[in-house]
Amino acid sequence: MFSNFDFQVIIDALPYLFLEGMVFTLKLTLLAALFGTILGTILALMRLSGVWPLPQIAGTYVNFVRSLPLLLVIFWFFFLVPFIAQKIVGSPRPIPIDPFLTALITFSLFEAAYFSEIMRAGIQSLPKGQVAAGYALGLSYPQVMRRIVLPQAFRNMLPVLLTQTIVLFQDTSLVYVLSLNDFLGIAGKIGQRDGRLTEMYLFVALVYFLISFAASQAVRRLQVHTAIIR
Amino acid sequence: MDKVVDWFSIFWQESAEGTGTYAYTLLLGLQLTLEISVIAAVVAFVMGSIVGVCRTLPSPLARRLSGGYVEFFRNIPLLVQLFLWYFVLPELLPRDIGMWLKQVPYSNFYTAAFGLGLFTSARVAVQLSAAITSMPRGQKLAATALGLTTRQSYTSVLLPMAYRIVFPPLTSELLNLIKNSSVALTIGVAELTQSARNMDSYTFQTFQAFTAATLIYLALNILVTMVMRRIEHGVAVPGMLVAK
Repeated sequence: MFSNFDFQVIIDALPYLFLEGMVFTLKLTLLAALFGTILGTILALMRLSGVWPLPQIAGTYVNFVRSLPLLLVIFWFFFLVPFIAQKIVGSPRPIPIDPFLTALITFSLFEAAYFSEIMRAGIQSLPKGQVAAGYALGLSYPQVMRRIVLPQAFRNMLPVLLTQTIVLFQDTSLVYVLSLNDFLGIAGKIGQRDGRLTEMYLFVALVYFLISFAASQAVRRLQVHTAIIR
Repeated sequence: MDKVVDWFSIFWQESAEGTGTYAYTLLLGLQLTLEISVIAAVVAFVMGSIVGVCRTLPSPLARRLSGGYVEFFRNIPLLVQLFLWYFVLPELLPRDIGMWLKQVPYSNFYTAAFGLGLFTSARVAVQLSAAITSMPRGQKLAATALGLTTRQSYTSVLLPMAYRIVFPPLTSELLNLIKNSSVALTIGVAELTQSARNMDSYTFQTFQAFTAATLIYLALNILVTMVMRRIEHGVAVPGMLVAK
């Protein structure tokens, strides 16, 4: 069944696929994970702060975003971001924004909702005595968070955060619908041009599988390594 | 007031597709979203149960096969999986079967429903096997001591308990599944998200179209959550934590 396979198509496309496509995908994944974690941590802190209206705002945001399909959110942002940019700059027309930047904003804000739930679980998993001990030592709220709570929460949740990043890595393939030049997007375009979609999609599936599989095995090893035996 | 009426008026306009109003277009989209979700949920539940049980069986072969199944479906993006089933599979099969497969009516709908079901089944399998292994070892031992065969100990001791434990995580998998059904639009199924895009491309009322889709997804999410909470309270194991 592989007799009329054209491996040359894949070999010819390799530089473009990886240097352009995979770089786009990885850059988007890592930056969105970074911003998503930062925003998510802020959201989690807001949610647990107990200062009206911060928990309500954060809770509504997280629940709202988590009930929408990522694709719909992608369409929303690619429609809205130029208008928001117009409002900010005060230009007479919606401003076209670099698609990578728009995708990065979309994924960061979307993933923030998921990362915030992970961070919330991480913070809540700590014994209450930790916070109390911090206050008893005379530390302020920011100090307690920065020096006691968040470092432990990050450590405990690191495997889950990384697993979510692998999910994010796979989800970035959805920018295909905007025909951006991510890994899948480029493979699709080359496959369509050469009439070799079968080879290209199989290759894409293989590469995604190898990367995600290797990453999830690494996370599993890390989990064993970082687990705190209580 | 006039402004509000004006804002909504687009939904009552005849759609350019000639099938009714734009509100009707969105409802047709919702119907497809629901149909895909129901088929996918059944596939995910059945396959997830089989594979999930295999992951906990003593047989090394069953474990290895089910492990491979889970890794395959978990480590390839859903979108790429749908492309594999829709574009690649018919090319790899013998010519006649491939040709037949391409001509099945609504093949993109079925591809989306079954593809999504298989994708989700790997997640269900993981949850179910985790539930089975989380149970006290004594359950399995007691079943064996009573003289039950492996099959009997699963059907009358382990699984009835495991399904009750696994219910809350399965609820969130169901919600994910409904959201993921939007990926069907990439192989040309006009489900809810796509029908909002269609409405947008005919009317340029992007804001209204996307707002409507957003509200429908929200309502669907709340409805499913409420129903599942109800059932959850009924099936929860006494003495175990239940969400309020």
